[in-house]
Amino acid sequence: MTAAVPRQKDLLQIRGMTADDIVAILDAAGRWTGASGAADTLTGRTVVNLFLEPSTRTRVSFEIAAGRLGAMVVNIAATSSSIVKGESLVDTARTLDAMRPDAIVVRHPSAGAPAIVARHTKASVVNAGDGAHEHPTQALLDALTIRGRFGRLDGLRVAIVGDIVHSRVARSNAQLLTTMGSDVVFCGPRSLMPEAMVSIVEGGPGRLTPASSIEEAVDGADVVMMLRVQHERQQAAFVPSLGEYKSRFRLDAARLERAKPEAIVMHPGPVNRGVEMTPEVADGPQSVILEQVANGVAVRMAVLEMLIGGN
Amino acid sequence: MAARTPQDMLIAGGRVVDPSQRLDDFADVRIRGGRIAEVGANLARGSDELHVSAAGLVVAPGLVDVHVHFREPGQEHKETIATGSRSAAAGGFTSVCVMPNTSPTNDSVAITELIRARAAAVGLVNVFPVGAITKGLAGEELSPIGSLARAGAVAISDDGHPVMNGQIMRRAMEWAAEIDIPVVDHCEDRNLAAEGVVNEGCCSARLGLKGMNRVAEEVQVVRDCLLAELTGAHVHIAHLSSARSLDFVRDAKARGVRVTCEVTPHHFSLTENAVSEFETDAKMNPPLRTGDDVSALVAGLADGTIDCIATDHAPHHTDEKALEFDRAPFGIVGLETSLAIGLTHLVETGRVDLSRLVELMSTVPSRLFRLGRGTLAPGSPADVVAFDPAAEYRVDSTQFASLGRNTPFNGSKLKGRVAITVLGGSISFRASETLAVATP
Repeated sequence: MTAAVPRQKDLLQIRGMTADDIVAILDAAGRWTGASGAADTLTGRTVVNLFLEPSTRTRVSFEIAAGRLGAMVVNIAATSSSIVKGESLVDTARTLDAMRPDAIVVRHPSAGAPAIVARHTKASVVNAGDGAHEHPTQALLDALTIRGRFGRLDGLRVAIVGDIVHSRVARSNAQLLTTMGSDVVFCGPRSLMPEAMVSIVEGGPGRLTPASSIEEAVDGADVVMMLRVQHERQQAAFVPSLGEYKSRFRLDAARLERAKPEAIVMHPGPVNRGVEMTPEVADGPQSVILEQVANGVAVRMAVLEMLIGGN
Repeated sequence: MAARTPQDMLIAGGRVVDPSQRLDDFADVRIRGGRIAEVGANLARGSDELHVSAAGLVVAPGLVDVHVHFREPGQEHKETIATGSRSAAAGGFTSVCVMPNTSPTNDSVAITELIRARAAAVGLVNVFPVGAITKGLAGEELSPIGSLARAGAVAISDDGHPVMNGQIMRRAMEWAAEIDIPVVDHCEDRNLAAEGVVNEGCCSARLGLKGMNRVAEEVQVVRDCLLAELTGAHVHIAHLSSARSLDFVRDAKARGVRVTCEVTPHHFSLTENAVSEFETDAKMNPPLRTGDDVSALVAGLADGTIDCIATDHAPHHTDEKALEFDRAPFGIVGLETSLAIGLTHLVETGRVDLSRLVELMSTVPSRLFRLGRGTLAPGSPADVVAFDPAAEYRVDSTQFASLGRNTPFNGSKLKGRVAITVLGGSISFRASETLAVATP
């Protein structure tokens, strides 16, 4: 008789996850890629999408994932929630908990907010992006996409370029990819890529290093992941202008030529057309942006099944 | 100030540590009429006095904290003058300076008098108000500095709302020099701090929180040192947290500038790692910094560059600290753990001796703010603390006398417990289980 392993309650962050944890989710998600099929494994379950920051693709992705597995989905958006009436996050969590949902998917502008919700509810909490902290399902869907192309997640060179300091996508991806044994290169303007950013990963065999130019970052890369640059950054003087930014950090065909010929180009979306990369790159043969979106649904189906499926 | 009747007493058999008299020896302390009557070995026990057995205890002048927030008037859900006073007494403090960021702000004679009157009615600790530098802490118009001083304010500060305009600060210092009271500055360039909530470095990078660069503090420390030199004012740098800030203070002192500074117990004993996974009880301003800063601060406490320890006791309601990390308020309570942190992290480790710790927590802060306390010299007000430096205990914030439970030291093992606190000859705190007191 084997002792039952207590099931994980929440998915809050990649940090702390082992390679085995990650592979298990990716393998489970693999069953749903490409399939438009549905299942009834979450019939009778309730999933609350608590989105306290604007989001379209992530919310829709979770909604479709839960719906395909037969769960009932309730959407709460910032503008319609009691949060705007001044309710605290703890009270929101307790209130939702009283209605006994099985899972709460949290998107929040404050780092660490999903963990607060998790502490105050019996439901499983999935972090769908908390401030600049983590976005674990994004990293998982990126990993599924990379694994789909290369058949592995170790020994690759992944360049992540752009607004590193404000990016939860960069943090979750760097932790996941180094845990799996790939090397990650962070690249961005000094104002958006402080030195300390290369010390954020822990435990993995892969290395995280800085690159001083996009040319250096992309050189020999298997994967080039471009991050969204928010227009607000210009107001806070992080970048003098988008023109200045583009001339140094936009991925164009010439810069992409430094990567391996089979390299793929990724972007977590939404894309600022012409800012992070030229349209020819975004829509080119190496771009896997739409595959990422498709894999997002598969990964979220796997995560929800893992947390609240079965008995 | 004490509303209670003083008792004559003999605190006997303790190790008396009073740096103001260069005293560190076993002796008895006699209190008569609310004042220290005599200190000496084997004093005859009078039949008409309370007898406090201080065997195994250290007896020192009551502790002095020049930087606390008692929240009254206006934010009594966080702390009141009564609960803050009880907290101070429990921590061995007999004098505290309360910061002006109350509601309304203490920028008027009326509020200064209100605070003093309420504190006197409670009578558990000497409460010395600090007046605002500018009206409403808005950084624009100077408050009536001279009237505040006459009403009992012992210093001026816009703590928590630093005066960003250098010219306003210069004028404030000129007036403070005229009236001869210290200007206390929370050094933070608000633009450079950029709404950061933790130290900019490993912690902010890992957690995705906005970082406050140390330069935001250092640049204002430099400004204040230069303005103190220009104006001749006494500038006291509040809760200094960075190694470079300390270097700048050291340089200014060497040039003869009238600059002094304080450090909090948390800044000399914890690093940014205490923020761990969004621990709001480790969120304060200035933020916890790095191991190198902690080492530099401990060295500064030992070598005299740092003049005193102050807690920046900042109680907040549990609900407020339960908010998202970036929305939760800055600050932690400190009065009931300060002495034990000093004993555990400075004395026990051999970095400073007991006498120096008493200097840092009583003698010097009293002298800097001219409170007339911090000594057991005969004739002085009988403000005394007796503590067991060896008593080990686990911090349990639910047991605090303060309304604030917000401390990153909750659950920590510390050494050093206050046995009795005496204010003006009357007992303001007594940990009864550890103390033998015989009535006449």
